[in-house]
Amino acid sequence: MNFAVLVFPGSNCDIDMYKAVEDVLQQPVDYVWHTSTDLSAYDAILVPGGFSYGDYLRCGAIARFAPVMSEVRKAAEQGKFVLGVCNGFQILTEAGLLPGALIRNKSLKFRCHPVDLTVENANTAFTNAYAQGETVRIPIAHGEGNFYCDDETLAKLKANNQIVFRYAGENPNGSVDNIAGICNERGNVVGMMPHPERAVSKLLGSEDGARMFKSVLNAFASKAQTGAGSGAGAR
Amino acid sequence: MKATVYVTIKENVLDPQGNAVQSSLHTMGFGEVAKVRIGKYMELQLDTNDRAQAEERVKAMCEKLLANTVIEDYRFELEG
Repeated sequence: MNFAVLVFPGSNCDIDMYKAVEDVLQQPVDYVWHTSTDLSAYDAILVPGGFSYGDYLRCGAIARFAPVMSEVRKAAEQGKFVLGVCNGFQILTEAGLLPGALIRNKSLKFRCHPVDLTVENANTAFTNAYAQGETVRIPIAHGEGNFYCDDETLAKLKANNQIVFRYAGENPNGSVDNIAGICNERGNVVGMMPHPERAVSKLLGSEDGARMFKSVLNAFASKAQTGAGSGAGAR
Repeated sequence: MKATVYVTIKENVLDPQGNAVQSSLHTMGFGEVAKVRIGKYMELQLDTNDRAQAEERVKAMCEKLLANTVIEDYRFELEG
């Protein structure tokens, strides 16, 4: 399974993401620069955290127009697996690949510490190795992780089972319905504020994030079994 | 021609910065401040004299990039 880790000017979690794939899965992984116009070689696209384009204007607002993003859209439509973490999540919402938006933390503080998350949907491409309702510990590090969407969108997210993670304890940013991560309707595109790539080894304080990477490998294997192109297999 | 663009957080979306500034103003004795909303102000110098076209183009800029209409409202003025 081939992984791409996108790199924008200002990405700073790209190395962690790359190492997580390398260490947890021992699968081929490449850094892909934001100017790339071909992602056809990759089965999963990982959009890492950081401060792409200095967070100018809004987080992710400029990155979403990078040449590589039309390829990400194509990959998502083809049913390939796309994960956006932190700034990657912000980019995916700005690009319209995921609903809602991420706004300033209610506290106005940059919050950087481990949090407990409830796995609300263990059927996505990135969460199939978790148990439904399980609590996992994964760190956050953001100043603008307050997920917002209108009531109509929230009702849709709930109805389609698109809420992937909720904060289990205190809500660190004021997000709607304690949302920490969501997916698209098809379940192949996931965005989340917490950083699973920073929780892949006990030495890092938690290895609960490692199963996100194992999950996508499972999803890829079962997609290969049921025949490529069936796409929606992830759900 | 010059375009002045104002981007503000939608009425029904929480503006934590605005709230913090309001409470600071209250602390300073400006108790009459009932609400503060913080937004962005942008000046765009346009290479055109065609007002109708500018109107249409600036609107497209706002919709595509300058504002995120999930959370923000925008308005703009054209001058010159």
